[in-house]
Amino acid sequence: MAGTKQNGTGTLAANGQNGYKVIGTRPVRPDGVDKVTGRAVYAADVQMTGLLHGFVLRSPHAHAHIRSIDTSKAEALPGVRAVVTAADLPEAEDKVEDLGEGAINLKYLSDNVLASEKVLYHGHAVAAVAATSPHIAEEAAGLIEVDYELLPPVMTVDDALADDAPILLETLRTDSMGEVGAEQTNLASVFSHQRGDLDAGFAGAHLVVDRTYRTETVHQGYIEPHAATALYSADGQIIIWTSTQGSFAVRGQVCEILKIPVSRLKVVPTEIGGGFGGKINVYVEPVAVILSQKAGYEPVKIVMSRADVLAATGPTSGSNIRVKIGVDADGKISAALAELYYEAGAYPGSPVGAAANVSLAPYAIDNLQVDGYDIVVNRPRSAAYRAPGGTNVAFAVESVVDELAEKLDMDPAEFRILNGAKENDRRPDGLQYARIGQIETVEAIRDSEHYQSPLEGKYRGRGIASGYWNNWGGQSSATAVLNPDGTVNLNEASTDIGGTRASIAMQLAEAMDIEYEQVKARVVDTDTVSYNDVTGGSRTTFATGLAAYNLGRQLLKEMKSRLADQWEVAAGDVSYEEGTFSAGSESVSFAEAAGLVQREEPLMASSTVHPQDFGPGFSTQCVDIEVDPDTGKITILRYTIAQDVGKAIHPSYVEGQMQGGVAQGIGWAINEEYIYDDEGRLLNASLLDYRMPTSLDLPMIETIMVEVPHPAHPYGVRGVGEVNIVPPAGAVANAVFQATGVRMDKLPISPANLLEAMWAKEAEAAELVPGDD
Amino acid sequence: MQAFDFVAPTSVDEAVSALAAGGGRARPLSGGTDLIAQLQEGRLALDTVVDVKRIPELMAISISDDGLTLGASVACQSINANQAIRDAYPALIDSTHLIGGTQIQGRASIGGNLCNSSPAADSIPNLIAHSVTCHIAGPNGRRSVAAEDFCTGPGRNVLANGEFLVAIEFPAPPANFGAAYLRFIPRNEMDIAVVGAGASVVLSDDKSTIQSARVALGAVAPTPLFVQEAGDSLAGQPVSEETLAKAADLAREAAKPISDMRGTIPQRKHLSAVLTQRALRIAIDRARGTKTVDELGRLNGHG
Ligand SMILES: Cc1cc2nc3c(=O)[nH]c(=O)nc-3n(C[C@H](O)[C@H](O)[C@H](O)COP(=O)(O)OP(=O)(O)OC[C@H]3O[C@@H](n4cnc5c(N)ncnc54)[C@H](O)[C@@H]3O)c2cc1C
Repeated sequence: MAGTKQNGTGTLAANGQNGYKVIGTRPVRPDGVDKVTGRAVYAADVQMTGLLHGFVLRSPHAHAHIRSIDTSKAEALPGVRAVVTAADLPEAEDKVEDLGEGAINLKYLSDNVLASEKVLYHGHAVAAVAATSPHIAEEAAGLIEVDYELLPPVMTVDDALADDAPILLETLRTDSMGEVGAEQTNLASVFSHQRGDLDAGFAGAHLVVDRTYRTETVHQGYIEPHAATALYSADGQIIIWTSTQGSFAVRGQVCEILKIPVSRLKVVPTEIGGGFGGKINVYVEPVAVILSQKAGYEPVKIVMSRADVLAATGPTSGSNIRVKIGVDADGKISAALAELYYEAGAYPGSPVGAAANVSLAPYAIDNLQVDGYDIVVNRPRSAAYRAPGGTNVAFAVESVVDELAEKLDMDPAEFRILNGAKENDRRPDGLQYARIGQIETVEAIRDSEHYQSPLEGKYRGRGIASGYWNNWGGQSSATAVLNPDGTVNLNEASTDIGGTRASIAMQLAEAMDIEYEQVKARVVDTDTVSYNDVTGGSRTTFATGLAAYNLGRQLLKEMKSRLADQWEVAAGDVSYEEGTFSAGSESVSFAEAAGLVQREEPLMASSTVHPQDFGPGFSTQCVDIEVDPDTGKITILRYTIAQDVGKAIHPSYVEGQMQGGVAQGIGWAINEEYIYDDEGRLLNASLLDYRMPTSLDLPMIETIMVEVPHPAHPYGVRGVGEVNIVPPAGAVANAVFQATGVRMDKLPISPANLLEAMWAKEAEAAELVPGDD
Repeated sequence: MQAFDFVAPTSVDEAVSALAAGGGRARPLSGGTDLIAQLQEGRLALDTVVDVKRIPELMAISISDDGLTLGASVACQSINANQAIRDAYPALIDSTHLIGGTQIQGRASIGGNLCNSSPAADSIPNLIAHSVTCHIAGPNGRRSVAAEDFCTGPGRNVLANGEFLVAIEFPAPPANFGAAYLRFIPRNEMDIAVVGAGASVVLSDDKSTIQSARVALGAVAPTPLFVQEAGDSLAGQPVSEETLAKAADLAREAAKPISDMRGTIPQRKHLSAVLTQRALRIAIDRARGTKTVDELGRLNGHG
């Protein structure tokens, strides 16, 4: 029986469609028991006979040529079965290919897995060992001699764009909207979105605020480190067990890097302990494959350490951002300019394009310009991170918006409603919105008990901010098997990170008018269903859910048709209501029908989808903070998030997404940052010094689910996984201003940074800096 | 992690022999919450690990009118659970509650915290404020040193080859004694002190005057720092915000921090004063009997 316990804090601000039986309930997830009993198999839990253990040797330098690598001593260590370097990978072509996850240069892809000519960041993989124990593998890696020729590190936008900047990638040329430059450069690409008359908009403005901001590199912080096991069989067939957001993305990348046909590789996704965008790129998977082959077709497992995860995977871009917005005397935005400089890490591909779309998306603006710059630096290759690029730019835009409202003496929520984007308005790149819920999220916050309640006390402040995320449709494949006892096996290939087995099964159950418990959902490997995009872009409940809906409709249709044959009536005469099929005097339950219709021939269905019309998400958030004026430490007193969720299939998991995104956004806002020394070495590759929030750093995060159903999905589903991380940094910064009078122009707003900013403000007044003696 | 030998002697003499035989490549193991992590991360390489927890003296707690003697390997959790210690030395609990979380406190010892000799160790300023004596055993028999003289540099201390810490001894708290340890961390848990401050006071019978005081700082010098002049400045002074502020200024001046990823020089100097003043306030409140451990727990960030 479907559970209906309301176990979240969430309230529904508006009710979408009613009349659902399964959708909107909160049943137990199919993976729940295994996870709470520790039985669930994560990537590092994979065991098999003869398993060898891999260890990856990483560069201690940020930027260097590799002159030579001598692996002989490592090979000679007893217990070592294979040692590999980039020389063991097929020669990669310097060409751009779209592997379904955005275009990537194949040489960069290969070089990031094992460096060939150059190392481009501290932690860059240079060689790997497989041995009979993890300790031997680690010891052997220490015996590998790499001769490096050191180059000066290029760590920031400013370093990279300086006139005499050292060049990271010799063949890189700037791509300016299709035009390719002639010079060597660290600037991979430039673009500009423009509309209206920017100069006129600013010239006519009553008030203009123009500010620049800096945000630091941050990591997704998934708790499960990357791990993969590969078995290269003597017949050439390969299996990889790995923790990934997309088994087909792993297959695509590994096959490209190793130049093998996809038919020879099966990828088996294990349970996954978080990804947030960081488990799409491959790191250890191709390395485990070549080690397995070289070790004589024995399985090889590589488990990354936490330090390796922080140093060599994930992070998302640090950025320099300028935002200039003008308003007329009534507070209507007359013009807006945003310049976004994003650090891509070692290879091109920062999320600056997505950031440009996020930047001014919540607002209706006639005159605007958004410029984006993608810049390589000696940091790990950036990967997607929940609404990639959005948090950086929303911090900047929402700070400027807050300052405008303050200077106009307007309530910041009213300012956002006055300027809010709605149906038919356009995103910065010109895309026109269908029905969206931005203004509804602001109204939900404005009308909330939280926003209406007074906040008293010195050094306390309240801030709000809005955010946008595009979401995605992508391709999904699934099959459904009707069991003769009236249950359905649902086979899908979308990695379940946030409870999607449940939310997809619920849509199949709703479509067939059966109980959730009658559907058994499982995530299958790449040999079992057709191509399936990653769990990312907030697409899974939307798109794979659509496939599940189709499966349900197909099975029902076929059941009706077979019953009609048996009952010798026309198919259209068989009705299905309240779980009973009937025609004339004939009537059977769903479970009976499941047996009846399969007496002659089994029944299964398959569905593939590629929906183009995915609805974007908006969120507005409100935070109360208190600042300790002596230490600069921020305490989050209260937090409320309103988000347009389309239709909440499983409200608890929607609330979980909302709370999770806010928790990560708060960490980004107040403490998280990569800290490097002067040589470009990462200093804080541990969860001790890379300070993600703990449970003691966050209050209960209150959720308001605003349901503006997405017109292009049968149940009104919109992606809900990402937009929630976009506003928190802006909201916290705006609260800091209310609490202290300081407008922060950088993240994180750590105690050290905030204390310094408060001192600078005092010094402006008194020309005295305490503690500086 | 590289392979090493493991021995678990049951007497002080056996431990001394095992350590002396290993030279610099043998180390004692108490809870292992520093040692094992350092071995795993390759920051330390050893031939022999000498588990000292089977030596009864290292695991003993003895509390009487003469004071408290804590075996060097007693886990923080055993201290937290001991009501007699909580009653007589509430400020010690400030440190034992702070070190790690529940799991870590089940293993981590005060002796290990002291012998690891991190400048940021959360027990050492507190031990200095409590005028603790460290009892050492070695090839030449036993000796004792004051807590403020124990550490000699980051990760270094007075222990010579073959020597190890047996116990630490707290004098009986005099009448009208109060102490406190506070640290500043950016989060509320799982962090290393940006600055720590331990303070103790002895008040006059009418509790209006400070008879004597001790102040020590963590994470602002190569070793935990005893700021004698700050305590001395309070002797004979009335309890007032002005006198505390003066002691706090002296702490700021004494602090010789570095800038690193955990804090900057100006921030650490500033926090030295802020935490000294706050720790002194709590110590005074405790001497006056007006503040409980649980309230302090909240102050130190335990929700
Ligand atoms: C997750 C985590 C959180 C932590 N949080 C904190 C914190 O908040 N504050 C803090 O100060 N520390 C913290 N620590 C560090 C550590 O837990 C403490 O320093 C702890 O007190 C060490 O005690 P131990 O018994 O585990 O020492 P061990 O690891 O056993 O030993 C530490 C060092 O002392 C030596 N040693 C141990 N016993 C003796 C002896 N009897 N004689 C001579 N030498 C000896 C060892 O050889 C080693 O060099 C944390 C550690 C972890 C893993």
